[in-house]
This record gives sequence, C-alpha cells and structure tokens, in this order.
Amino acid sequence: MASAFEYAPAPESRSVVDIAPSYGLFIDGEFTEAADGKVFKTVSPSSEEVLSEVAQAGAADVDRAVKAARKAFEKWSALPGSERAKYLFRIARIIQERSRELAVLETLDNGKPIKETRDADLPLVAAHFFYYAGWADKLDHAGYGANPRPLGVAGQVIPWNFPLLMLAWKIAPALATGNTLVLKPAETTPLSALFFADICRQAGLPKGVVNILTGYGDAGEALVTHPDVNKVAFTGSTAVGKAIARSVAGTDKKVTLELGGKGANIVFDDAPIDQAVEGIVTGIFFNQGQVCCAGSRLLVQESVQDEVLDALKRRLSTLRLGDPLDKNTDIGAINSAEQLARITSLVETGEAEGAERWSAPCELPSSGYWFAPTLFTNVTQAHTVARDEIFGPVLSVLSFRTPDEAVAKANNSQYGLSAGIWTEKGSRILAVANKLRAGVVWANTFNKFDPTSPFGGYKESGYGREGGRHGLEAYLDV
Amino acid sequence: MPTTAPAFADATASDSALRRFLFGLPGVDAVGLEARAAALGTRSIKTTAKAYAIDLAISMIDLTTLEGADTPGKVRALAAKAVNPDPTDRTTPRTAAVCVYPDMAATAAAAVAGSGVKVASVATAFPAGRAALDVKLADVRDAVAAGADEIDMVIDRGAFLSGRFLKVYEEIVAVKAECGEARLKVIFETGELSTYDNIRRASWIGMLAGADFIKTSTGKVATNATPANTLLMLEAVRDFRAATGVQIGVKPAGGIRTTKDAVKFLVLVNETAGEDWLDPHWFRFGASSLLNDLLMQRQKLSTGRYSGPDYVTVD
Repeated sequence: MASAFEYAPAPESRSVVDIAPSYGLFIDGEFTEAADGKVFKTVSPSSEEVLSEVAQAGAADVDRAVKAARKAFEKWSALPGSERAKYLFRIARIIQERSRELAVLETLDNGKPIKETRDADLPLVAAHFFYYAGWADKLDHAGYGANPRPLGVAGQVIPWNFPLLMLAWKIAPALATGNTLVLKPAETTPLSALFFADICRQAGLPKGVVNILTGYGDAGEALVTHPDVNKVAFTGSTAVGKAIARSVAGTDKKVTLELGGKGANIVFDDAPIDQAVEGIVTGIFFNQGQVCCAGSRLLVQESVQDEVLDALKRRLSTLRLGDPLDKNTDIGAINSAEQLARITSLVETGEAEGAERWSAPCELPSSGYWFAPTLFTNVTQAHTVARDEIFGPVLSVLSFRTPDEAVAKANNSQYGLSAGIWTEKGSRILAVANKLRAGVVWANTFNKFDPTSPFGGYKESGYGREGGRHGLEAYLDV
Repeated sequence: MPTTAPAFADATASDSALRRFLFGLPGVDAVGLEARAAALGTRSIKTTAKAYAIDLAISMIDLTTLEGADTPGKVRALAAKAVNPDPTDRTTPRTAAVCVYPDMAATAAAAVAGSGVKVASVATAFPAGRAALDVKLADVRDAVAAGADEIDMVIDRGAFLSGRFLKVYEEIVAVKAECGEARLKVIFETGELSTYDNIRRASWIGMLAGADFIKTSTGKVATNATPANTLLMLEAVRDFRAATGVQIGVKPAGGIRTTKDAVKFLVLVNETAGEDWLDPHWFRFGASSLLNDLLMQRQKLSTGRYSGPDYVTVD
C-alpha cells in the first residue's frame, strides 16, 4: 500500500565486510582443511546467494581440535586471572571496533535485520566479553570458595538464531574461568564464528585455546561424545538436547542445555496497553520469532482482549518486512528452507485444528525464505500452536479471566524458559512472577538481555544457567 | 458550544466522573514509551523520503516569536519569512503559521494577508496561565478580534496538579466558546505535568473539551517537546479518533531545532497516528530556529553542497 511518506531504501553497505570464497576449520590457531576435504556452502537466507564455502568437520577433525584444546589447557589455566582478562578485554574491544563489519556479516549469513545485529546482537556480544573479562581475576569471590578450578576442555554447540551472541555466551565464561574449548556453530550460520577465530588471532590468544569447527550435526555429536571433553554446553532444540543428555549419561562430563521454549506473555487488564503491544511485538517478532525465549503465547485478560488485539493488528500493519540490510527493515528472512518448512507446516496444523489465522497485508520477496508475521486467535491450550515451539513469527493468542488462571495456563507447558507480565500493579508483578515456572520472567518488558543476568530454563527448556555470576558455575569444578 | 463527543458525554458530567474516567485510562510505562520513541528515532530517512519530509516539516512550522522584546518590525520580518522562507528558491513551501502574542496578532495578520499563512496567537495569560478566567477570556477575544486564525491556550496546571480536573476541562470549554472560527490549540506544559500518566490524562481532558490541537509546551520551561511525550499524544489522538471519529491535531513545541529531530517527529506521526496526520492541518511544529536548519538541508539536497548560516535569512 503506497503511503505519503514512503521511506526510500537505506541499505547498509556490504563493502564493510570482506567474505572469502572459502574457509577452513580453525584448529590450534590455524585455518586448515577438513581431514577428508569435505566442504559445504553457506547461503544468505534473504536471497539464497552463496556467500562462501566452508570446511565440513568430521570425527577426525573433532579429535584434532580436542587434542589442540587439551594441549593448550595446561598453560591457559595456569595463567593468572588478570592475564586471561587481558585477552578477553582485547577481544571485547576488537569486537566493538569491528562491530559494523560483524553486524553486516551476521545479517547476510543469518537473514535478521541490520537494525537488530547493529543495535542488539553486537552490543550484547561485546558486553558479554567485557563482563566475563571482569570476572577472570575475581573467581575467588564468586561464591565457590578459594581458587575454583576450571573443568578442562569444553565442547560447545550453538544454534543459528544468534550465531555470534550464542558464541559469546559460550566462549566468554569458558575462557574467563580458564577452560579451553572447541565450538561448533550451526551449519547455516558458520561465518561469524570464523570471523571470531580471526579476532582471536588478532588478539594474540594462545594457539589451541579456541578452536572452531564448522559442520553438521555429526560433528556436533562427535564433539559432545569425545572422551576427552570435560564439559558440554549446548543451545538448540529440545530433541537434540535430549540426545546429548543421553549420550553423556554415565560420564563425568558437566552439561548445560539451553533448549526450546513456549514463553507466555501475560497481559492483565491494568497493563500499560500501548507498551504491552510493543512488548508483544518484540516478544514474538524480534529475530522473526526465531528466539528460544520468544513470547510465542499471548495470554490476554478477556476484559481487554478486543482492545489489545485491535491495537496489535494495527501495529503489525506497520512492520516493515524486506531486505535485511535495509536500516528500516523490522522483519528479515527466515534462516533456512528447512525452518521455513517447519513453520509453514505448524501453521497449517494450526489452521486445520480450527485456530483463526491472521496476517497483515504484506508482500514477500520472491527469492529467499520469508514468512509474514502471523497471529492465531481462537487458540486454546488444546491446540498444537499453543503447545509446540514454532520458532517463527507466529503468535498464538489465548485468553484468561483471573490471575490464577493466567498462571495455570502459563505453566501448562512442557517448557519453562521465559514469561512476561504486563500490569501497572507492582504487587501483581511480584505475586505472579513467584508462581511462574520459567527461568526468565520479564515485567513490563520482553526479550531484554544483559550479561549480568542469568538465563536458562525449567523442564524441557534445559538446565544450567548462562550469564551473570551463575554462568561461571557451569565452567568451574565446583 | 460543548463539543464533547457523545461517546464520552458521561465522562465530564461531574468532577468525580471525570476523575474516574481519567484514572481508567491505561497507564503509561515510561521505559517502554521512551524505548519505542527511541526505536522509531533510528529510522533512516534518505533521498526522496528526506526531501518529502523536509518540505512537509517546513509547511508544518508555526514560526514563533514570543518575547518581551517583540516589536512590529520583528513580527513583520518573521511574517515575511513565513510567507517566503527561502528567497533563493521560490519552490520552498511556506510555513503553516506565524505564532505571536495577542498584541502582535494584528500586525502579523496584516503582514501575512492573502498568503495562506495563518496567524496563531497565544492567549489565556500565556505562558503561566495564572490569571482570572475572565482575564483569560478577554485575552482570547482580543486575539481573535485582531485577526488570529488560531489560539494557543495554556491549561491551568495548578488546577490539574491539585486534582481539579473539571476546572481544567471547563476552562478549555469556555475558551473554545470564545474562539469562534479560530482553531484552538491546548498547551499542557508537559514539562510541568511531569509524568506520562498526567500527559495522557491532560490529552483526554483537552480532546473531550473540544481542542482542535493538543500541544506539548510553551517553550518557556526546561523540558519541552520530546519524542516520547509527542508519541504519547499521537497515541491519544489516534485512540480518540478511533472512539469518536473526531480527528484532532498535535503540536510539539520547543526544543526541536534540527532537521534530524523534525524528521524523527514525522516518523513518529507516520507510524503512530498514521498518514492522515501528515498534513499541516493536523500536525505542527512550534519552532523558530528549526526553519533555518530545514532550509540549509533543503539547499544541500537540491545543490549537493552544504551552504551555511549566511545563506539563510536571520529573522
């Protein structure tokens, strides 16, 4: 629909990032080919353009990387905390200096809008390194007794939704506590981790402390089951998380799992409605809803349901979907054809089960993977779209009558990662938050992250905490 | 001529009814409101969109002088600039209005006659509004008689802050009755109301009382128009039209000095109230130095070069 005030294209320049035609695995401080020479292509989800070809790690490469990490562990863990902090501070500063380049890269490889990589992902990545750099020489005061020891070699597997941010969540605490590591980024978003490898070299990080293996699930499996890995950290789907838990059962590996979610965003009738609508939008459409802690279930008090839904639909009509590199784009591309197919199939199930589907009028680009922001109304607890994680820009709207009912419905989920409470009444925030079984409860906001705040789940959303002082425990022998 | 929309007739039936109505409005979360305003401030408005925004912003300015030192000469100079902002480029739109004190309204009216530029006059013992009602009404009558097309009144913040909302409402109704054909802008002095909840309540009092415009501030206090308080008022007029069908204008005033700021406000309008408000009839900037920055940016767009303060007129 043509409007009077048509924003002209405002694309961020691609020239700030130089993507090589091919990349190797980063093992022991060097980029090397995979042992069997295998490679795979990574594409830009918004255009399906091939960005680069990267090495595909296999079991032999995993072994080589774990050995490199093991070799580096002795010296790295013996360094005084203040020395390890220097490297982390250096990495944090380099990330800030290269943030525009990394933001463009992440947008190209992941499909999320430049607005988000520029204003959310990259500042949080740098903040995470700065935060844990500060802990490196203060571990004696973290509450785990004097001189807590690192675990050894960490095997870390991260998802594609926040490639660099999830890398930061994994690597910063591991290094601060004196561990060495092997990290495998997701196969659809390998590039920012490889650029991070370059940053490690730029920062003069000793060889073998950080190893990056690009590859598929088989490489991830080889990594977490490797006998010389002491710590497994995984963020991703609940199905894979369960498989990992099974594979490490009976070993002395320490495990943290950050898995799926079906976050309830609860809007009471005394909520600040306009801000609640913004929070609902942020909750489910930030990063195209591909967020484990997304507020994918809207629980709205029946007395304000119509008002909230009208406002929400009006607001969705102003969302700008399109070229992720355009600075005015609110909604970017879905990360992969597979994910798009999964979203599409779950949405079809929702319709088949009788939920009412609504999308704002919205033109989707002809190439790439796209899904229009979507609402489901007339949803009950019995609908698949109210129970299963969709991991896409799809919001299920349910109603409730009383605070008790809101709590009961919010907790009625196999997951327990996040929840939001919207009310102007402070006592209600405290009362409801205490009853919610969710790792993160936001009050009058949603999807706010800070490195000082622990993050993690209940139930099938996983166990262990990342971030804050709590995040140290996962990497210490305590 | 009370113009209270029928949908809300009960709301102003008594002091207690009005209080109940105002306290039944949804609260405003300050952090969320400011975050939304800041997020819209990151929109990148370039090339053709920027050209459109600059011309629109110029056409929305109430070019203002409200000084004790105002003279007929000063007002005539300002009026000349309002009619013809950039003598080197006659395609530049004229401003919406000139805004002056009541005793300068006649001078301003004569100076802009036939140009399409309106005369706005502040009134009601502007800026403090601390005068008896009949003095305020006389002030309005004076301005209208002198040829003011628009009256910018101030609300009684003392009455508002002490909870006498009906007094605030009735005073606006009385002023509106004196305005005749003139459009009424109601200034809340948001910097003195202090909280966003208060700004939302004041907006509704103004709209219920028949304001044609709701306006942030006088420009005479420390905090004037901000993206957040203007966003909040845009939400109010949006909601009021949805409920009653009556469209009301918004005027941020004071502190908007650069093209960049003005464009951010237009983005707020576009994405909050919607494009129906992207018109000088429904949105104004109360400003003086803003015009020259807009003119310099306009020249930059048309010539590709930055000029400088010597290439725009002083007023």
